[in-house]
Order: sequence, then structure tokens, then C-alpha cells
Amino acid sequence: MKEKLEAIKAEALEKIEKAKVLESLNDVKVAVLGKKGELTQVLKGMKDVAPEDRPKVGQMVNDARTAIESALEAKTKAINQALRTEKMKRETIDVTLPGTKKLTGHRHPNQIALEDLERVFIGMGYEIVDGPEVEYDKYNFELLNIPANHPAKDEQDTFYITKDILLRTQTSPVQARVMEKGHLPIRIISPGRVFRADEVDATHSPSFHQVEGLVIDKGITMADLKGTLQQFAEEFFGKDTKVKFRPHHFPFTEPSAEVDVTCFKCGGKGCRVCKGSGWIEILGCGMVHPKVLHDCGINPEEYSGFAFGIGLERVTLLKYEIDDMRLLYENDMRFLDQF
Amino acid sequence: MNTPLSWIKAYVPDLDVTAQEFVDAMTLSGSHVENYEKKDKNLEKIVVGKIVKIERHPDADRLVVCQVDIGGTEPIQIVTGAPNVREGDLVPTVLDGGKVAGGHDGQELPPDGIKIKKGKLRGVPSEGMMCAIEELGSSRELYPEAPEDGVYVFPKDADVKPGDDAVHALGLDDVVVEYEITSNRVDCFSIIGMAREAAVTFDKPFYPPVIAETGNAEKVTDYVSVEIQDTDLCPRYCARVVKNLKIGPSPKWMKERLASQGIRSINNLVDITNYVMEEYGQPMHAFDLNTIAGHKIVVRRAADGDKFTTLDGQERTLDHDVLMICDGEKEIGIAGIMGGENSMVTDDIQTLVFEAACFDGTNIRLSSKRLGMATDAAAKFTKGLDPNLALDAINRACQLIEEMGAGEVVGGVIDIYPNPVQPKKLPFEPEKMNALLGTDVAPEQMLYYFDKLGLSYDKESNLLTVPTFRQDLNCMADLAEEVARFYGYNNIPVSLPRGEATVGKKPYDHRIYDIARIVLEGNGFSGGMCYSFESPKVFDKLLLPADSEYRKAIEISNPLGEDFSIMRTISLNGVLTSLATNYNRKNKYARLYEFGNVYLPHALPLTELPEERMKLTIGMYGGGDFFTLKGVIEELCDKTGLKDQCTYVPTTEHPFLHPGRQANITKGKLNVGWIGQIHPEVGDNYGIKTEVYVAVIDMQTLVMLSSFDIKYEGIAKFPGSTRDLSMVMDKGIFVGQIEEILKKCGGKLLESCKLFDIYEGEQIAEGKKSVAYTMTFRAKDRTLAAEEVDKIVEKILKELSKLGIELRG
Repeated sequence: MKEKLEAIKAEALEKIEKAKVLESLNDVKVAVLGKKGELTQVLKGMKDVAPEDRPKVGQMVNDARTAIESALEAKTKAINQALRTEKMKRETIDVTLPGTKKLTGHRHPNQIALEDLERVFIGMGYEIVDGPEVEYDKYNFELLNIPANHPAKDEQDTFYITKDILLRTQTSPVQARVMEKGHLPIRIISPGRVFRADEVDATHSPSFHQVEGLVIDKGITMADLKGTLQQFAEEFFGKDTKVKFRPHHFPFTEPSAEVDVTCFKCGGKGCRVCKGSGWIEILGCGMVHPKVLHDCGINPEEYSGFAFGIGLERVTLLKYEIDDMRLLYENDMRFLDQF
Repeated sequence: MNTPLSWIKAYVPDLDVTAQEFVDAMTLSGSHVENYEKKDKNLEKIVVGKIVKIERHPDADRLVVCQVDIGGTEPIQIVTGAPNVREGDLVPTVLDGGKVAGGHDGQELPPDGIKIKKGKLRGVPSEGMMCAIEELGSSRELYPEAPEDGVYVFPKDADVKPGDDAVHALGLDDVVVEYEITSNRVDCFSIIGMAREAAVTFDKPFYPPVIAETGNAEKVTDYVSVEIQDTDLCPRYCARVVKNLKIGPSPKWMKERLASQGIRSINNLVDITNYVMEEYGQPMHAFDLNTIAGHKIVVRRAADGDKFTTLDGQERTLDHDVLMICDGEKEIGIAGIMGGENSMVTDDIQTLVFEAACFDGTNIRLSSKRLGMATDAAAKFTKGLDPNLALDAINRACQLIEEMGAGEVVGGVIDIYPNPVQPKKLPFEPEKMNALLGTDVAPEQMLYYFDKLGLSYDKESNLLTVPTFRQDLNCMADLAEEVARFYGYNNIPVSLPRGEATVGKKPYDHRIYDIARIVLEGNGFSGGMCYSFESPKVFDKLLLPADSEYRKAIEISNPLGEDFSIMRTISLNGVLTSLATNYNRKNKYARLYEFGNVYLPHALPLTELPEERMKLTIGMYGGGDFFTLKGVIEELCDKTGLKDQCTYVPTTEHPFLHPGRQANITKGKLNVGWIGQIHPEVGDNYGIKTEVYVAVIDMQTLVMLSSFDIKYEGIAKFPGSTRDLSMVMDKGIFVGQIEEILKKCGGKLLESCKLFDIYEGEQIAEGKKSVAYTMTFRAKDRTLAAEEVDKIVEKILKELSKLGIELRG
């Protein structure tokens, strides 16, 4: 009996060992463990075994069964694994093929620059304010200390609609409008379209964008102006950017300054972008002229403030090394796709 | 404004700086240097050489071999073809490895000069070159002593010796600096003004020219009289007379200085007036006394339509706002702009009248613009001159006449100056200035700067007296800027504003624009930028009828040309033009969007500001159709809280769109915008021969309707019940009409209805189409009974049948 069992077991294990496909394993399972299987037959033949031997034989049968079952399980797992490995091998793809992309659009470079700039100033507590593009002379000039007959009012610079209504030449009229409302303190930036009678060429456009900044509060100093613009330059152009203030003249600020930053291309060593100087002029600024404060209804003895104006296209062209301003208005997809 | 450094140094003799130091410091103190040019650019290793011996060249008749003493132990040998060399001459000599500016032919100078190396000429070694004045980058105009052909020879009395720097000896080691002077600094449009700035910038003493007494014992009033009739336009008029004139060339120093200002030397008289104009910033004029009828000068306005010939030979038509200089009978000059041909200085002049006057800047500016005469004098007057300059200038001119021996100055000066301008007095407020600047500059330091700038301080009254040439200093802030300039803008400390905190934010409408950008870019549309003004021809290109509201556009009174002459009332043209640009450049597709205003006048001509409405314009060609674009608009509505709330109403009201492919986008009574395919004729007008789809969204309306008030509604707990409807109807019925019925009848229980099939053709009768919907019904609080749903469907079918819609058999 024992020999028979051993033989069944050995034969089964050998078949399992040799099996290559799952079907062979199933055959073994049916032939040995199935209802009519050899081992089942042995169990059925227990009645012929002496009662005292039955537990022992039973034990032997079970042992054989367990051994075969676990061999079957292990082999099944091994074959399955091999099959899966085989399948995955067949499924190998060329991962260097290009990805499937959805067609997406691109933001205009001027808009990207504007958003970068807005982010910096919003972070410093500035509110964004809009103003009209068709504007009264009063806001564009008069309240900004540019009286009648000032050369800057010459027709060659300003597009007029009527004697008193014009296309704003700067975003500064928004300053006057905000001050006039009288909600103090003021911390605003005002981006927008401005217009000047310049013929279209590589560096001029009759329509371009400025970003105006205005801060009015008690005790605002020129040191605050410097600190604010230094902060802006570091955030916008990079941590190591240095800022230089040069005296200048604007009718609506006093003292006034033009601001240069170290060239963001070469870092100040001198290159094509900065024309070898290492510096790039980016904006005009100054302390709000006391006459402007007064005319807009703010007491200059009590309040002071600063203002600045950035030419957005200038920054965009420099930042992206775009060599012709006309590209910004052509909207050629091959241009826009690069941003 | 240009200044040669040497001219500045004439008034600030202690100035000892390099060109770069000068330029940097002047820029930082407010005189922005645009450019500077070294006159000795490309002049290297050029010394004074003395020709000690000349021998004939053994193999060339036209060459000689010179031994030249250059201050070393041994003379060097130079072979030259110059015809004018003699033993003992001192000549500029460029040594081996040096550079000269150009050739002796005086042609245009090469940018990098010409390198000189030792070599052999016809077999004889030559170790350098003796230079002609043209080779040094200059000309006989400035160095009249130079020979027409040959090397420059230093005059016998020149204080030079062999080995000296020849460039310095010739005065060619100068720098001409070009500044951008701001319009408020009228005083800086003069050499004296710039020299004063330089003196303060470098903290050196300033020595302006000392004007000497001039004139003989005669009286000017015996020669000429002056009357100002229009004093509003001429606050001051000074005149002096010079007789026994000796017209001739000016000295070299004067020619050189004029040349640095871009002024060509004419003769000593003309040069003196130009020189004083540059030196003092005060334009002057010279009349021939003999041409002045009645020896009387009258300053008055012209009469409308007067004709007058200026000294350039051009006839000008005048008007009543042009100020004229006249004599006893006629007009002889346009005040401050240009003299007349009838009184101009000619070579046989005997006696002249100098004029130094002050004219109203605005009047001169407007007159010179109207007449189209942009002269140097007008440019100076336009800025608004200090009337107190005139007397100094005229006396300076007479001093130069005497110094140069150009004539005999008649004694005395006519000076009509009814209301002399007095110096302003401003309080000295150091604390306020420091508070404005954020600095801690000592009051004494401030007073030091002011003193150097010519402002005197009276301690008793605590007042600063501002000289009249500083018309730009009117208040504390102006004075603070002076302190800041010389204390140094870059020495002002750096801080951030303190005080009440403010909230940084974007306005709500900008947030909606941002969402739109994200949606559009996610769908392949790129941001474009278009002009606000355009040509009135656009209306015809867009097939707008003559009475179209769009044609009521604002006109610019001084446009750059017709193409930029009206403010757009419809935003379409910009994007269409850009699409056409892409199409013409053979770009396979283009998808663009643009944010920009249209300008809608309340009345024309404008009496108040127009309404500016922000429009989002979207356009595309190549890939995609009407429904591609509609899908984008729907996504935009979804993302702005308008999901399924907008209706697309078929219309034919937009003449620029395909009549069968256009819709207004509405919500209730509000028009959010429109969408459609461009009319093929409009496409032709723009040169786009493919289907173009466009949409315009009125952002104000979208912003107003947008909502982000979202409340969570829970996830459905009870099963839904779906029904399919397959219908047959006339082709002309819009599915929008069906959906309207489904939604109306379905009420709250209709969760969704989805179009899943639309079919025309075989099996369907001619002129009919089949449309199929899946509807899902669901209640929040219970499982719907079949009967309930049946009832609704019945109601729907009843409504549909009113449109002649039947279930498909």
C-alpha cells in the first residue's frame, strides 16, 4: 500500500514537474485527485485496509494529496508567471515615440509679462485698477501738471478726438482718477493700452501698453520708492538684479528718476541686449508732485506718495529677445507658439 | 545738447577726469549722457617728430628718406612721398604699431582706423609715418595752416618739442559728449549751463566767462531805436551796434567749438552769434543797419496773409499770431525763428545791429510749427528762455567782436525790458526735504549744494534766492530734487512703505478674463493683440449696411493715416486680419483669441467719453467647424457658472456671417455674444479662401452673469430611469426646439437628455430627419415609478406633436 502511494505521488510530482502548460497540470489533477483519480481510488479502497492500519494509511494519503496539491499550486503559479512575462514581452512598446498631445494655445508674451508683474505687486498689497482709454485732456494732462501749451501736448504725440477728448498717451490719468476718489491710503497698479502718434516700425507702435503704479500715504519717502522698485526688480528679473536710479524729469513727479536694472541677459557684463552697457532702462518714476496731489484733492502737507510707469512692450521685447515690435501685433501662430 | 569736454574745462579748469568718469557722474547727477565720441579715436602712438635730415631715395624720384628725431636717443628713418617736408620741421609722426584715423585723401574714416607698421618702401626701411591733418581725422577747415597736399607741419611758434604727444599738441584729445536734457532744464541747453552742472557734480570751482565793458564813446541810440508793440510776446529786447566791420574767418578755437555743435563756420560775424547762442543758450540775430528803414526796429504781430521772404530765400505766408521784427516800413525778420532776406548780413556790410531778445516760448513753438520752420533759434526759444540772459549775451558778443578785431562796437545798449523778472524766494526746509527723500542730509550740506548751484541763502529770513535761469525750481520738492541729485540718488537708503496694510487684488472682471484665457488656451487658441483703431473701409469689408450702428464710429482728428483713423466699434477686423496674415503665410491652421475694447459713442461728435466695452474675439480656420467653436464657448460658460444656461438662437442679423450658420448667444433677454461662420464674401475680402469660424463674447455681460456660488447637491441615492425617444420631423426644426420641450416637460425629474443620433437619408422621407434622445429621469428622494415617467413622456410627445414631430415607427 505504502509503495503504491509513493509511486502515485512520485509519478504525479514528476508529471507536474515536467508540465509546460496549464492543461497538463489539469490532467494531473484529474488523473490523481479527481473523482476517479488514482488517489481517490486509494481512499475508496480503504475498506479493504485493516482497521488498525486505517489512520496510518489515511495519513499517508493525505500527505501525498497535500504534496501533490502544493506542487500543483506552485507550478500553476510558475506557469502563469511565465505566461504573463511572455505576454508583457510581446507588449513592449517604443517609449521614445512622441506623446499624444492635445492641441493647446499659447498666451501672448505681453500678457505673460503683465501677469508676472501683476503677481509681484499684488503680493505687495497693490490693487489692480482700470481706466478709460479714451480720456479727457483734464486727466491725461491738466491734473498731471501738464498745462495747456506744454510741448508734450503737441499734436504730433497725442491722438485727439476733440479739443478735450483724446486717446490717453499714458496710464497716468488713472492716478488722477484714483486720487480724486479720495480713498486713502492708495496702493494701485493700472495696466493698460496707451496711444501715441508714432509710425509703426521695429521699435515703435502707435498703440502699446504701460503699467502705472501709485502709492499715497502719510510719510511715503523716496527711499520707499527705491525699496519697492528694488523688490520688484528682484522678483521680476531675478534675485541678483541690481537697480540704478538716474535723475530725470516728468511733470507729475518731483523728484523724478529713470531706473536701470542690470542686464538680465548678461548680468551686467555687457552684451548685445544691453548694448554693452550692462544696464537696461526699464521705467520712469518719482515722488508725486505736490501740485498733482493738491489738484487731485489730497493735502500735500499731510500726504506724500510715489508713482512709476513701466513700458510693458519694452520689458517683453527685452525679456524674450524679440527684435521687432511688429511681431507682437501680427499674431502669426509661429510666433505665438513659442511662448 | 553736445559739449566738448575741452569747452567745459574752459569754465571748470580744475576738472581732471577721464571721459568715462565724466560721462558716468554727469548721468547720475541728472544730465543723462546718450553718447560720447572721442575725437582721438583710432589715434595711437603719434608723437611730435623733428625732421633732422632729408636724403633722396636711391630708387624712387618722388620719395625722400628722412631721419626724424622723436625724442629718443637715435632718430628713426621714415620714407615719405610728401612734397612739403623740410629739414627742421616739426611734424606729427605715427610710430610702428600705431594707428591713424584715415587716409590723406580725406575720405570717410574707416571705423577701426588704419594700423601703421614698419616696412620697406622701394627697398628702403621706413619705421613710421608723418601724418597729414586728414590722416588724423580732421580737416583744413579747422587747421587752415595745414597744406593742401602734404604732412601737417607745426607752426614755428608752436610750443612743442620732439617726443611730445602730437594728438594733445593739436588739441585732438577731446571728447564730445551728447546729453539728453530734460525739458525743464532750459539752462542746460547751453555750454555755461552744462559747465555749471559739471562744476557741482565734481565739486570744482566754476569760472563763467567774464564779460568786459565794450564800446566806443558814441551812443547806440544815435544809430537805432527799438519799440515793442506786442510786449506779451516779447518781454525783452536788447540791441547794440557794431560799425567798421571787418568780415573774415574766425579763429581756429571758435571754428572747433562750433564744429562740435554741428555748426559750420561762415565768417566771424555769423560765427559770433552762433557761438554766443551755444555758450549762453541765447539766440542772437544780426541785421545790416543800412537795410533798416528809418533805423528803427519795431516788434509786432504780422497781419494775416502777409508774405515774407526769409534769408533762406523761401517765401512764407504769415498770420496774426506770428511775431515779426520790423523796421520803419516793413517786416525784416520772423522773431525768434529766422531773419529776412531783405536785412541779412552780406559781405559788404558796414554796420550791423545785434539783437538779443526774449520771445514767448509757446508762441515761437506754435509759429515755427505752423510755418514748418524748425530752426536752431526757434528750438532754444521754444523752451522758454530766461529774459535776464539777453543782456549778458549781447555784451558777450560785443566782447568777442572786440577781441577778434571784427569791428568797432558802438557804446551803450538799448534794453527794452518793461517788467524785469525777479529771482524767486523759497523757504529753506531741510526737515521736509529729508522727510520726502527718506534721507538724513545735514542742512549745511544742502546749503553747500545750493550755493554751488547759484542759490543764495539768507539766514535771517530763512529764504533761498533762486537765480532766474532756474525757472524749474518752484517748491520744496524741486529743491529736494537738487539735494538728491548731488547727494546721489543711489545714496538714498532703501525701505518699503509702512503704514496701513492694503489688500492686493485683481478686480472681479479680470478673474473672469483669466478663466477665459485658460479655457481658450486649453482648446488650442492663442492670445493675440490687435489695434484699437482701424480704417473705415472695415465696414465695407464686413458687408455692413449703410445704416449699420457699427458705422457710428469715433474719428481721430489727427490720425496716422486712414488705416488708423477710427476707433473700432466691432472687434472682428483685428482677429480676421490676423487670421488672414496666417493664411497668407501658409500656416495650416490658426486659432486666435483677443481681449480688447470697442468704443461706442453716445453721440457724435463726442461730448463725453464713449462707452468702452471689453470684447473677447475668437477666430479659427483649418480643422474644426462651427461646433468645435461652440464647444469652446460652452466650456467657457460651464467654467463661469453658466452651464446649460445659454441659448443659441439662430439668426441672420449679422451680415458678415454665413446666413445659415450664425447664432446669438443669449441668456434670457441678455445677449452674451454671437457665433458663426464668416460669410464667404467677407472671407474673399480678407483673402481667406477657407471656412473661418468666429465668435465674439461681450465680457461685461458674461462677467455680470457669471457666478461661482456652488452648493453641493449630494450624489444620487435612488436609481434613475432612462427612456429613449426616436423621432421623425421636418428638416427645418432645430434640435434646440426639441430640447426646450424636453426640459420644460421634464421639469426637475429630468436629470439629463442627450442627443445620440441624427439621421437623414434612406428610410426617412424626403425633407425629414430622424433625431434620437436618451433621457434620464431621477428623483432625489425616492425610486421613480414607471407610471410617473410614462406620464412625463406622454406630455413630451404631446408637445412634440404640436411641431409635427412623431415617434419613429
